[in-house]
Amino acid sequence: MTFTWIQLGLYLFILLLLVKPLGSYMARVYEGERTFLTPLIRPIEHLVYRITGLRGDEEMDWKTYAVAVLLFNLVGLLLLYGLQRIQSALPLNPQNLGAVRPDTAFNAAVSFVTNTNWQSYSGETTMSYLVQMLGFTVQNFLSAATGMAILVALVRGFVRHSGSTIGNFWTDMTRSILYILLPLAFVLALALVSQGVVQTFHSSQQVSLLQPIQGASNQTINQQTLALGPAASQVAIKQLGTNGGGFFNVNSSHPFENPTPFSNFLEMLAILLIPAALCYTFGKMVGDTRKGWAILAAMTIIFVAMLSVTVWAEQSGNPAITKLGVDQTASSFQSGGNMEGKEVRFGVANSALWATVTTSASNGSVNSMNDSFTPLGGLVPMWLIQLGEVVYGGVGSGLYGMLAFVIIAVFVAGLMIGRTPEYLGKKIESYEMKMASLIVLIPIIIVLFGTAISVLVPAGKAGVYNPGPHGFSEVLYAFSSAGNNNGSAFAGIGANTTYYNTILAFAMLLGRYWLAIPALAIAGSLVRKKTVPVSSGTLPTHTPLFIVWLIMVVIVVGALSFLPALSLGPLAEYLMR
Amino acid sequence: MLRQLRIAIIFLVLFTVLTGIIYPLVVTGIAQTAFPHQANGSLIGKEGNYTGSELIGQPFSDPKYFWGRLSATEPFPYNAAASSGSNYGPLNPALTVEIQARIEALKAVDPTNDQPIPVDLVTSSGSGLDPDISVAAALYQVPRVARYRGLPEEQVHSLVNRFTEGRQFGILGEPRVNVLELNQALDELK
Repeated sequence: MTFTWIQLGLYLFILLLLVKPLGSYMARVYEGERTFLTPLIRPIEHLVYRITGLRGDEEMDWKTYAVAVLLFNLVGLLLLYGLQRIQSALPLNPQNLGAVRPDTAFNAAVSFVTNTNWQSYSGETTMSYLVQMLGFTVQNFLSAATGMAILVALVRGFVRHSGSTIGNFWTDMTRSILYILLPLAFVLALALVSQGVVQTFHSSQQVSLLQPIQGASNQTINQQTLALGPAASQVAIKQLGTNGGGFFNVNSSHPFENPTPFSNFLEMLAILLIPAALCYTFGKMVGDTRKGWAILAAMTIIFVAMLSVTVWAEQSGNPAITKLGVDQTASSFQSGGNMEGKEVRFGVANSALWATVTTSASNGSVNSMNDSFTPLGGLVPMWLIQLGEVVYGGVGSGLYGMLAFVIIAVFVAGLMIGRTPEYLGKKIESYEMKMASLIVLIPIIIVLFGTAISVLVPAGKAGVYNPGPHGFSEVLYAFSSAGNNNGSAFAGIGANTTYYNTILAFAMLLGRYWLAIPALAIAGSLVRKKTVPVSSGTLPTHTPLFIVWLIMVVIVVGALSFLPALSLGPLAEYLMR
Repeated sequence: MLRQLRIAIIFLVLFTVLTGIIYPLVVTGIAQTAFPHQANGSLIGKEGNYTGSELIGQPFSDPKYFWGRLSATEPFPYNAAASSGSNYGPLNPALTVEIQARIEALKAVDPTNDQPIPVDLVTSSGSGLDPDISVAAALYQVPRVARYRGLPEEQVHSLVNRFTEGRQFGILGEPRVNVLELNQALDELK
């Protein structure tokens, strides 16, 4: 158990250590200042502007910015859908995979464009190398950059005053990709290959079995077929961009996607790296890093509390198994605990940590099967998603979601003590409050209504895999994941059906753009306002009191919205043990 | 609006080339040069006669071999062309049935062993391809393997020790034993 806490502590330590250097680097990038990569990348950046016919200093108001976001995502969606539908006629398809079904292709296209990366298909048996590269890898970059761009636009709404423009979407996109995502992904991809993540264009590899086995129809099987592919380049960005879509069916529990404890550490670090560092970027850009640290502190406190529960629940093991005389106690010879759906090299500690990390960020990749977690161990990841993906959250989207909670926190606190609510010198009025409420409420509505409909209609019930309350949890998890753009699953659910592919695709679309547009609307409204100087009436928004208050607001909204649903699923299951 | 649409299309094409073609190709080029073994699947053996991958488990049911994790891949276990976990919930009766069957299979070939069975030996891995078992799971099987091979237990035990991999850098992950490599080494003893 000592090693468990050492590993968790080490993870958190390294993560927080990187927040300031990366955060201030990103702030410089978005403000167009010189960085150590500028000599290398500036020429490419200018080439992009020249080809697209952009001038670097063109500014957009919030509506133009939103239109650019939507149009760009729409053409990305169409391209990705088209690629899957005609993959059999395209090169780099060594397994000769056929065209992807329309409903599956639509779901996957929406999923990757919205930064969700819910996967109803199985990677190695459905998608050609070309689709994985030209389609999914590209959208991993673009959807991540879209989230970061929207965040930066919102931050400009706080920083600028008495104006109307919030930056240029194309410039923000270009800089996010060229200066931040691409260099990090490049380094991470190579580090992952060094650990054993595959990166090749060869078709699958035949190897002989040491002990031949009998197949289902009594034939002798003496060969094993290893699925390969250009995985490392995609895995790197799937983690960094909080996308999470696996190259292989079982995502990062596959030994070719996550071969060693070190690759596991790097991949986990990559999930939270940018979302955490963006808090510092935010603080830097608004001219008061304490504001950024306060938000990061609130996130980290919720994260650590949740993590402790998952680790404890999974380490306690499964009582149903203990009865059979199986040893689940931790010792220096085994990790013990609930090992169903987990890999030995990661054990309970790194599996529980990953599950918490991937659901607090809207990443959704897995290194163990969440569906097989203990009731409480599975409740935590689900609830973290349901909190709205604001505990770190997705790259960009996590922080703009959290800023909506900040607006609500400031507003409610202001009302309670009779002061005019303001944040960062901007008055928070009914328009901002309405938009922030949309950001908080829309995912909740999607999740609860989607679940309610699906457990009533036959097409929804047909997908349920496990019996009892766990089956309900599978449906609830699916809509939580889609509506909050996470992408992980209680994967037993049979989601590759026309019904689930369609309804979940719409859940993902609503959960992405009905949050992005209000966030930009807030930016557009704030940027027009004057900056009010700090006075004795200003509520400080960087103190421990504020941090606790922010945590309370997030937790109370999450608990009030989801406790009834959770008690029908994981809580009921816990009581039935 | 039309201008934004035109930019959107050019931008998409441009970044598809950069992040969808150039980036993976450059990574592949460097990976194949610097880490050819890892980039191609960490294969064991020689070209034309590969006997497995260091990273991918194989199915074992013969009592003279160490057994690995259960595997939920279809249509046969350890199908590395279609990775999959069992996705059984903790209270699913099917999970208990499967574990019970595994316990019985272990007892059938090793009736005198009354040690508690390590949990990873009776559960399915997430990938269905887990190459490792815990050290406890390997030690549990030492008497059986030694007996079926007519080897002294100490010799098998020391082989397990040789193939035990500690935590990476002394900290990360869990100590573990690679089942395929251990079994290949067992076969080479004779």
